[in-house]
Amino acid sequence: MLALSDAKALIATIPDPEIPAVSLVDLGIVRDVAYDADTLVVTVTPTYTGCPATAVIALDIETELLRQGAEKVRIDTQMSPAWSTDWITPEGREKLRAYGIAPPTMAAANCAGMLAAQSPACPLCGSAETTLISGRGSTPCKAQFRCASCLEPFDYFKAI
Amino acid sequence: MAQTMTPFATFCLRMGDNALILGQRTGEWCGLAPVLEEDIAFANMGLDLIGQTQHWYGLIADELGQSPDQLAFFRSEREFLNTLLVEQPNTDFAHALMRQYLFDAWHLPMLDGLSQSSHQGIKDLAAKAVKEVRYHIERSRDLIIRLGDGSPESHARMQAALDWLWPFTADLLARDAADEALVADGVIPDGDQIAARFTRETTETLAQATLTAPDGPRRTGGRTGNHSEHMGYLLAVMQSVPRAHPDARW
Repeated sequence: MLALSDAKALIATIPDPEIPAVSLVDLGIVRDVAYDADTLVVTVTPTYTGCPATAVIALDIETELLRQGAEKVRIDTQMSPAWSTDWITPEGREKLRAYGIAPPTMAAANCAGMLAAQSPACPLCGSAETTLISGRGSTPCKAQFRCASCLEPFDYFKAI
Repeated sequence: MAQTMTPFATFCLRMGDNALILGQRTGEWCGLAPVLEEDIAFANMGLDLIGQTQHWYGLIADELGQSPDQLAFFRSEREFLNTLLVEQPNTDFAHALMRQYLFDAWHLPMLDGLSQSSHQGIKDLAAKAVKEVRYHIERSRDLIIRLGDGSPESHARMQAALDWLWPFTADLLARDAADEALVADGVIPDGDQIAARFTRETTETLAQATLTAPDGPRRTGGRTGNHSEHMGYLLAVMQSVPRAHPDARW
């Protein structure tokens, strides 16, 4: 039987399928890891209700745990409290920035779903002179900005 | 089906059907929108809506004895309880944006109210969905204003879209005995509050966009399964693959 501490350490190494620079734990979507009798139960919370990565994430966790010696694995989905970008860890934010994605600039409670006030700095050159291109990007959780200094477009992880 | 359902199931089905049918319409833009950013935006908002649909259907799957997939793909036109607004065809980009904006202007106050619901499942779902929908309306409101108060061509197209779609907003705001029973139990917000917020939002935004909501007849019926002719065609496309291969797994 896979020890609980080993299972937790293992899950912390599983990358997000769409943003592989960060792990599922960095993103704050793993709510709990526990044994229910002989079944290892991992509780995850979806980022967006329709995030297409949700099914892949569950499959990735199950596959990795079974491969590393877990005998029975169950993935539970927990809706409440709703996932928030506030739960992205400080390490996760740095990894996003290094990957070229500007992390959320404010707490979710303060953004009220408005991108206009979030004005991220360019993750490539650090300039604060950036403009919004579109409220959505390659995934629902991101928006597209352009840097007025280095002229590069970049993704921004919206506060939610 | 509608006659025998509880008020709770009727309400959840209406919410889910609205999200599903608008998500399908929105998804029809994938690969076709006038600019790449808006193509991606519509596709992503469609994902949000279809994600929300799964949760609405999930709340009533046991009561109705049908899985979310069965509810989406194996019901007939008269069994869908979405509003007339969301099934209206894309026509052009102005129609798609206006339809989205009018829906968002109702969806946001509805979800805001539902996030205080006395029903835990609805409360949790609404608290999650409302965060997504705040971003939806920021985009649609911004584009309505920019294009309405834009070039003569964009203004004329936005006004034509509003003239066509505005009568269907009556269906968004309609209520019946099922709604009133749920309001009394604190499950859903009072319709007067939602109507007041819808009116305030649209009055301010349409004025900024230099657009005028038309007078004239209002249209209702979708919430009771009486749809416009566009609905059947939409379902034919959306349901054809699962109906042709009902046992398919992927």
